[in-house]
Amino acid sequence: MPIDWIWGLIGGLLIGTGGAVYLLGNGRIMGASGIIGGLVDGSGWSTALERVVFLVGVALLPMLLMPFYREVSTNITDNYPVLLAAGLLVGIGTRIANGCTSGHGVCGMSRLSLRGIVATLIYILAGGIGVLLFRHLLGVI
Amino acid sequence: MARLLIAFIAGGFFGAGLLISGMTDTTKVQGWLDVFGNWDPTLAFVMGGAMIPMAIAWLVRRSRTMSLTGLALPPPPSREIDGKLIGGSILFGMGWGLAGLCPGPSIAALSYGGPGLYAFVAAMLAGMLIAPTLRARLDRTVPAE
Repeated sequence: MPIDWIWGLIGGLLIGTGGAVYLLGNGRIMGASGIIGGLVDGSGWSTALERVVFLVGVALLPMLLMPFYREVSTNITDNYPVLLAAGLLVGIGTRIANGCTSGHGVCGMSRLSLRGIVATLIYILAGGIGVLLFRHLLGVI
Repeated sequence: MARLLIAFIAGGFFGAGLLISGMTDTTKVQGWLDVFGNWDPTLAFVMGGAMIPMAIAWLVRRSRTMSLTGLALPPPPSREIDGKLIGGSILFGMGWGLAGLCPGPSIAALSYGGPGLYAFVAAMLAGMLIAPTLRARLDRTVPAE
């Protein structure tokens, strides 16, 4: 278990470095939901190529690193109704709140943004209630 | 070209960090949220680790007038806490807890997530597509003061 924390910390440092590079390099806030959502709803088409290249980097590096792992699994549920409901909630919620774990969490909290801190507290609380409800009370996940 | 290179490098760090930290493993995310079960604190270390370079970057930002590639830097954050921020975060948190995935890791795991992940991503993109309509409706029902 302690080893997981160390890898968590190292991975976190890399995530933050990515955010720092994007901020100081291109003046952008590294928020995954905003980068993806802008491509989906057309609001970010003027910077479409930059967004696509960013996302290619996000998907490609794990693929290149995979050979160094014995096994990589998302351990994702095979309950499709749950996956579809979760995806919809994440897509709608992040775009209405204008941010997710990376934008409000990593980028917002690190500059003590009130909105970032409030959003992060709320989605962690809602996630905790969700797991309590759907795992321990209803047994769906 | 420099902007695209920077976007690729930033995305690469982000994706590598998500894999290495274990955040593409849905059980680790749900473990963090599962306070009443087998609680897993890893996510706090990931978030804490990510804060360090990011906070330094915000400090450096203060002494800059523009980004390295000549683009404008983000303005100071808004302080407005509205129903959209709160309601949207509640919906997002529920979905995050249900599947153990948020937008970043769902992209980072594309090469190994399998059909379940594709279903999640497809639904997420659909949600992002209809979100502006819902947002506009919320703006109309809550008139500006």
